[in-house]
Amino acid sequence: MPIAKRRGAPALGRPPDLLESRAFQEAARPAPDHQPLNQILQPAGGNASSAESDNVADLHGVDYSIGGKAVFRGLDIGIRRGDVTAIMGPSGTGKTTLLRLITGQLRADRGRVVVDGLDVAGLDRRELFALRRRMGMLFQNGALLTDLDVFENVAFPMREHARLPERLVRSLVLSKLHAVGLRGAARLMPQELSGGMGRRVALARAIVMDPQILLYDEPFAGLDPISMGVVMRLIRSLNDALGISSVVVTHDVREISQIADASYILSDGQVVASGTPAELREHPSPVVHQFMEGLADGPVNFHYPAPDYRTQLLDRSEAA
Amino acid sequence: MTGVPGELAASLARFLERLGGMTRFAGRVLWLSPAALLRPRLVVEQVYNTGALSLVIIMTCGLFVGMVLGLQGHDLLQRFGSEESLGTGAALSLLKELGPVVTALLFAGRAGTALASELGLMRATDQLSAMEVMAVDPMRRVVVPRFLGGLISMPLLTAVFIAVALFGVQLIGVQFLGVDQGQFWSQMRGAVELDDVREGLVKGLVFGVACSLIAVFEGYNAQPTAEGVGRATTRTVVISAVVTLVLDYILTALML
Repeated sequence: MPIAKRRGAPALGRPPDLLESRAFQEAARPAPDHQPLNQILQPAGGNASSAESDNVADLHGVDYSIGGKAVFRGLDIGIRRGDVTAIMGPSGTGKTTLLRLITGQLRADRGRVVVDGLDVAGLDRRELFALRRRMGMLFQNGALLTDLDVFENVAFPMREHARLPERLVRSLVLSKLHAVGLRGAARLMPQELSGGMGRRVALARAIVMDPQILLYDEPFAGLDPISMGVVMRLIRSLNDALGISSVVVTHDVREISQIADASYILSDGQVVASGTPAELREHPSPVVHQFMEGLADGPVNFHYPAPDYRTQLLDRSEAA
Repeated sequence: MTGVPGELAASLARFLERLGGMTRFAGRVLWLSPAALLRPRLVVEQVYNTGALSLVIIMTCGLFVGMVLGLQGHDLLQRFGSEESLGTGAALSLLKELGPVVTALLFAGRAGTALASELGLMRATDQLSAMEVMAVDPMRRVVVPRFLGGLISMPLLTAVFIAVALFGVQLIGVQFLGVDQGQFWSQMRGAVELDDVREGLVKGLVFGVACSLIAVFEGYNAQPTAEGVGRATTRTVVISAVVTLVLDYILTALML
């Protein structure tokens, strides 16, 4: 079974394919003197202090609740620079909420969320937007803008943030589309794409500003095995070719175990286990075991809390 | 508090909360509006979406409202033997009341619902969220151009409505019922003041602001579900209609 791949090693021990081809590498890898687009546009980046830090994002003792229901209680997570980090856990454990805390769309009730050396809670709107230009996020459903075609969707962040010559926009967009294998689909509308294609376009859009952090929200949900394999290998190869850090929120244990450097398993508002996929498989905790093996019942109950079945069936007052 | 008073208090609190939210939203939209004019392309697109695409329904309805006005007006005036005043009566009622009000109601039904459901669906499919993550403010990029598009379209649609309706009045009154054409137009020209035109224009503008704001507010704040988008669309029509009629009374009282 292929284990997490370090940067520079051959991808996943699979036969060379599109993603390892020279065309892909040329399209995806920055030139030697390459300066990320977001830095050209934003020369005064506030990330000087973070240069020495090993982690690109840190959550310290984060509490967060929605409508009085606690989602996180004292959550501690560190995302290492250059790694593909998987955030796993049963549905409803707040994995998407975690991403929204990192992007600053939500604010923690307590604790600190530090991204690229900056405390997200302390940023005003302008600083937050400057930070977000160094992030890319892939939404579960792609979240492509339905009134723009594929090309314009990928060009969207550039058009919003910079006045670049049309020729440059064109070549950048085409190179990103080529990297996800959809250069030929440039003039299709989002409604004409399959789920997997839509997600690859969204990925091209997420990387067009050369982010330092890429966040993936359930990138494998609802994809057929082929698309899933493509997206999976894209996550790994983009991470390595672009030299960025990736956070992948998912519950597809088997897929993510092949590409993740580090994993966190969340349950009940806290981290219940962390480590490499191999370490997690050997983890003694029953919750981790249940999750990694996909067992229906265990510490995470199959049944939603309910009164005793027999009592409820015999209870006449409820039936009336 | 429980029972009826408690529920009344709760629903009043909800209403006030919503009103407060809407006021803040309106303030932010108006505050961002001047800057949005620096990107005229986005606004022009929305003028097309809300204005040009509403033209057919506005013109059709205008024609029939005018024709009914021709029939009813002629019937009424005939009783006083002053059929030739038909032009004046029709022009004044269209300019001051019917034009702006009916246009606003049609606008809410055609353009308002389109805006609300579009924004609601963008919310439901994470498009607005995606923009925020891309450091693009959806208020500036999506909401304000749509608001301005509606605001610009409404007075223009009102003018088109009135012009077509007058043609309808003339068609019935002059061509079919035999009112004297010269009398029809000259009496109209003599009686209609610039102030009357201004009244219609002001109303069109105010209704345009109100209906566009309601549509973008409801859509932007829709619950991100199919049901939520549906509810936002319904609320847009209902609230726009009520607000239009209330504002119409207030404006009429102020300008008479």
